[in-house]
Amino acid sequence: MERSLRGTVAIAGVGETAYYKRGQAPDAEFKLALMAVLAACEDAGISPKQVDGFASFSNDRSDPSRLAAALGIHDLRFANMQWGGGGGGGSGALANAAAAVATGMAECVVVFRALAQGQFGRFGQGPVRNAISGDGAHTVPYGLMSPAQSFAMKVKRFMHEHGVEQSALRALSLASYHHAQNNPRAVMYGRPLTEEKYDDSRWIVEPFHLFDCCLENDGAAAMVVVPAQRAKDYAHKPTYLLGAVSGSHYRAGASVHNAPDYATSTFKTCAPRLYDMAQVGPGDVDVLQCYENFTGGVLMSIVEHGFCEPDECNEFLVKENLVAPDGKLPTNTSGGNLAECYMHGLGLNIEAVRQIRGESSNQVEDVDVSMVVSGPMVTPVSSCIFGTEATL
Amino acid sequence: MSGGGTGYLHSGLPKPVPAPDGLDAPFWEGVAEGKLKLQRCRACGRWQWGPEWICHNCHSDDLVFEEVPPVGRIYSFERVWHPVHPALKNQGPYIVVLVEFPEHDQARIVGNLLGDPHQDVVIGDEVHAVFEHHQDEDPAFTLVQWQVA
Repeated sequence: MERSLRGTVAIAGVGETAYYKRGQAPDAEFKLALMAVLAACEDAGISPKQVDGFASFSNDRSDPSRLAAALGIHDLRFANMQWGGGGGGGSGALANAAAAVATGMAECVVVFRALAQGQFGRFGQGPVRNAISGDGAHTVPYGLMSPAQSFAMKVKRFMHEHGVEQSALRALSLASYHHAQNNPRAVMYGRPLTEEKYDDSRWIVEPFHLFDCCLENDGAAAMVVVPAQRAKDYAHKPTYLLGAVSGSHYRAGASVHNAPDYATSTFKTCAPRLYDMAQVGPGDVDVLQCYENFTGGVLMSIVEHGFCEPDECNEFLVKENLVAPDGKLPTNTSGGNLAECYMHGLGLNIEAVRQIRGESSNQVEDVDVSMVVSGPMVTPVSSCIFGTEATL
Repeated sequence: MSGGGTGYLHSGLPKPVPAPDGLDAPFWEGVAEGKLKLQRCRACGRWQWGPEWICHNCHSDDLVFEEVPPVGRIYSFERVWHPVHPALKNQGPYIVVLVEFPEHDQARIVGNLLGDPHQDVVIGDEVHAVFEHHQDEDPAFTLVQWQVA
């Protein structure tokens, strides 16, 4: 028997809370989680009491047993956490949920992420304490302590090796902000970005300008995973999972920036597995959601998922190629982590489903294959591909 | 030197101390004496950094910290502008370098590049270590900084 997730599960519902600038959510993080679960169940047209599993990532604080208690769930069958990797776990959590549903461990698993950076601390700040030990002792005292600072080092090396210019990073930022202007959910709705505004923005850490960096937000997002056989019992056009993978390459987790293959989004081993499982190639992908912690990670992910060669970045990564509906590779069509909301990337998975359904605020025509890349440059990373019924 | 202390960066950042389990203690003992020591496997000869409890190549636990010449090459770098820690609020830009030791199985360590924070930095340039001692801090510590040869 072939072992694959391909076509075994479907996404019956998606939902999110309103998205807020960090510190501005009126509700506690745990309530935000509940609200996202309720929204996703309403979207699917099911009672939240039918949910029998939860999967999340990045040590989400909203404990599945407490969620099940709060929701009055009768039979919790699956409670799963994708280990490590921060936002690199988004599609990994979906893969785990899919594995549970595909194998009969559970029938209806909610993948979720709730994050109130305003309530629990910002990702973009360094540790304030007298002493530090472990891996951090070898970086923090040198002023290398934030995600932007950790990843700029990789991106700088990649740009050096392949002659990538700043304009390629800028194009990715412009595309996200462009799409956000049509998306009322987006935190940056009504706040367009121009080339001049990008160029004039301050450096955070070279090669990242302010607009190369993700937002810090409060909110929650959720999606309902069900067996493919029942996909047509729900309210919307079915979205099937064609593939979902996670992982990392040889010694990606070597500490103090010692991964032998360093200047990478970490997808070199994952991307071939994803395409193999999904039985599609990069040329089949109609629309891409590609996690922007920082634009440089998007750039390397696009290369490592086979959309362009490393030495073609300057030509391929221009705004007209990246915007819906007519770009060669419409990317981050909700505004993504840069301009819709940084819900640790799960918003990208929801947007990918909306593209399959034809419900995006920046809809690409005739989408059959819709792809998500989660959390580049960390370890483990993950990515997934959704398809319409026609792709099965 | 920038103001606010005797180091490249203003004082007030977290001070490095050996891991509670002792994994990297010989490294910190070495730099306090002005010696750069990285981990090497006595069974297969492989260098590795950061430190591990066993050799990633042959899985022996017969590991030692061995001194390496304090000379490396810039593998990557970044100029930081936005302060993410209160101690760096008035620091201005500073340069972090990732220094590689090509003769030691491409082990890399992180440091600052001394000199003008606006200087042009060239990947591949040879750099020499400068041991930056902070004896008056509590706890005392030593950082390994770098200077273009």
